[in-house]
Amino acid sequence: MSAKKTKTIKTIKIDVDKCNGCRACEVICSSFHAIPKYSNNNPARSRIRVIHEPLRDVYVPVYAGDYAVAECAGRDKYIIDGKEYDECAFCRAACPSREEFKEPDSGLPLKCDMCEGEEEPLCVKWCLVDALTIEEREVEIDDEEEEKRDEIEIGLESLVNRFGIDKVSDLIAQISKK
Amino acid sequence: MRYAETGFNLEIDLTRGNIEKVASDPRDTELYLGGLGTNAKIIWDRVPPEVEAFSPENLLIFGAGLLCGTPATGCNRTIVSTISPQTKLLAFSMMGGFWAPELKYAGYDKVILRGKSPDLVYIWIKDDKVELRDASHLAGKGSIETAELIREELNEPKAQVAAIGMAGENRVFYASVEQGRSSASRGGIGAVMGDKGVKAIVVRGTKDLNVADPEKYMELCNDVLKYIKHREDNPIPGVMPILAGLGSPQEMKVHDEKWHTENFMWGNSRVRRRDFWNEEVEKEWTETMEKARTRLISCFNCPMKCGATISMPGLPTYMMKCFTKLTYTMGAFSDLDFGLRIAQKATEYGVDGFSAPQVMAFALELLENGILTDKDFPDMPEDNEGRFFYLLDKIVRREGIGDVLADGTYWAAKKIGNGADAYAHNNIKKHEQLPLKLSMLNPVYFLMYATGEKMNITQIEGQFPQAPFATREEREAFVSDWIQVPDEKFKQILLDWEFRGENSNPYYPTVEMACDIVDWQETMHYIDDALGQCAGLSSFPLKPPYHIHNYPEFISAGTGMEMDKDKLTEAAKRYRTLVRAINIRRGMRRKDEKPPANHWKKRFPELEEKLLDEYYKLKGWNKDGIPTRESLQQLGLGYVSEDFLQRGILSKDDEAADQDTAAETSVEA
Repeated sequence: MSAKKTKTIKTIKIDVDKCNGCRACEVICSSFHAIPKYSNNNPARSRIRVIHEPLRDVYVPVYAGDYAVAECAGRDKYIIDGKEYDECAFCRAACPSREEFKEPDSGLPLKCDMCEGEEEPLCVKWCLVDALTIEEREVEIDDEEEEKRDEIEIGLESLVNRFGIDKVSDLIAQISKK
Repeated sequence: MRYAETGFNLEIDLTRGNIEKVASDPRDTELYLGGLGTNAKIIWDRVPPEVEAFSPENLLIFGAGLLCGTPATGCNRTIVSTISPQTKLLAFSMMGGFWAPELKYAGYDKVILRGKSPDLVYIWIKDDKVELRDASHLAGKGSIETAELIREELNEPKAQVAAIGMAGENRVFYASVEQGRSSASRGGIGAVMGDKGVKAIVVRGTKDLNVADPEKYMELCNDVLKYIKHREDNPIPGVMPILAGLGSPQEMKVHDEKWHTENFMWGNSRVRRRDFWNEEVEKEWTETMEKARTRLISCFNCPMKCGATISMPGLPTYMMKCFTKLTYTMGAFSDLDFGLRIAQKATEYGVDGFSAPQVMAFALELLENGILTDKDFPDMPEDNEGRFFYLLDKIVRREGIGDVLADGTYWAAKKIGNGADAYAHNNIKKHEQLPLKLSMLNPVYFLMYATGEKMNITQIEGQFPQAPFATREEREAFVSDWIQVPDEKFKQILLDWEFRGENSNPYYPTVEMACDIVDWQETMHYIDDALGQCAGLSSFPLKPPYHIHNYPEFISAGTGMEMDKDKLTEAAKRYRTLVRAINIRRGMRRKDEKPPANHWKKRFPELEEKLLDEYYKLKGWNKDGIPTRESLQQLGLGYVSEDFLQRGILSKDDEAADQDTAAETSVEA
């Protein structure tokens, strides 16, 4: 049994009960990702969106994740604490069914990068009401799993599996003579 | 390229249905900044004094502040300017919320409405696409209801809506423009919108807004955030809780209402209930609020939670902020449960939370005193609360006596006659004021009430403590980190200010000091009104994060214009003077500049005269409150001076043309 290793993962913790709906996160996100940095801002370009419907008390800050080529087949409803949420409210994908997380001009998908190069994501820094906080946690990882195997090794192994070890070593010997 | 501002206004002629995108002149930004400043310039240029509130030629301008939409925290105000039907002067109410930044992202600084639409319409602005759409199906709908219906029919959940309710449609003189969690309420702006046949202005914007010096601008923004945190952690000791922190008074958060309920007046601003607050009331009101309040909420890009979502059992949800919490309750001598229920209706109808309850209390006082009779109130319920609901309905529909009351206490009293004017006792410049009646004249507040053209004391006061600190130690502690002062002399004034004795009200702060304090406070409010910055993070609270020392840097880094403290102070003085010029041209004079006669018990006529004389002098106005030719020239407002000469408002020798009027109509004690 090999020794367990750990690594640190940074996650943003979202407390929807603390969100005041001010959208400062959208402001600073779009400003940080402007080129040049901070030269403009436009919440429609933000990689975080506060999905909010004040009259129904729905406040969900959600981050842009991976691009989805197709929209979901069924879009379910969740009822949490008596409040109904559209499944899309929690979805991180830029997808064909909605305008979230796409560059307004080009339609290209956007993705949160945790503000690379900054101490912490700026949406967290600008969220003075603490709806967004950063959480670091140690995650145990399997030693074996973690140590990446060489691409050649994986390739060779699959050849051996397919053709048998003798055939593969003969072939290698032939190639090395050339 | 224009920075911080978009450089474009939308000009909409409602009569002809014509819409144009017009580039604004960058020189006007240099001179008048934006927001209120440039609104005032447009109104001076295009709305002569003959034009009345409900003339098609009256303009209704929705102006986003100069820095709205940039990352500057709390910079989100829309400055709505027009001629008020109630005061007949310039109205420039402001609203926070989300509308102004959205307009900037759509690519415009202002929406300028003129003419009148033949049918009820709403305006739909989505980036470059702007259209007038039929709103006949929205007639009579509530302001919040309207916003929801429009978002639904456009399938635009992110659109921001500024709408009027029935009060605006029926031209109630204190109708508001509502925007969900914020409203532009003072001066009857909603009535002008209704008169123009516009139910709502709906905006969605997805464009970039640029700043000139990105790194510097962000540094300034981060400093402001840091200072906000510092102030949150360090409330100011020795002042009442609602003055200790930042933001608008935290009425949605705070349950202890001893101070308001025992110091502000009840009914038609007459009755003080000194022993009102007790444990039982506190328990009941706290319960009411806790049950009703779903969440504390904010405006765009601001951490202060000055508003709340309110759901009363059996009533639609609405949003509330600040002192509307208590105005209906206290107007009706009722409880918080009633106050929150009627405020729901009032918000949907779209009426000002200060004027509406006072007008209703005024009507019932007239009934009590036989000036109005039961015949004037057919089918009115017997119970007190029921009567207020009844009156609110009558007013917003302009039915029966409601039609008279819809003009506010000043005009209603004139129409009713028979001594009714004695009951319209709490007005300045024909507009209902905060229900406060105090004992000793306060020279600073005297000047603010008298000369303020914003019509609401909360939009004029701030910066300087409202009362002295009891001990020398407290004063020294207060001034030790008072970085906001424009001049060190203000620290000394505060250090020497006492509750009793020589250095106390009304003769201390001295006339000269009082003038300086008021000038500082007013200047900060006017700067906020041009930049679109909420007063709650700037001119209203003590020790705010924005002040005269960092504002010039914000403007420079934001817009690219060169700016320093002196230049900014002068710009603010320029458009403040222009606001006054608009009102002077409409007949406002010294005779109109007086707080309600009963605001203070102890009055000092001679001192009050002197205060006005000196303040006018400091402002560059003559004895009648008219800006002098010399001061107008200095501010680059030569065109105002020309106009005043032509109209005989000023004569060549730089004095008021009509000297006699000035002397006769001085302030009454």
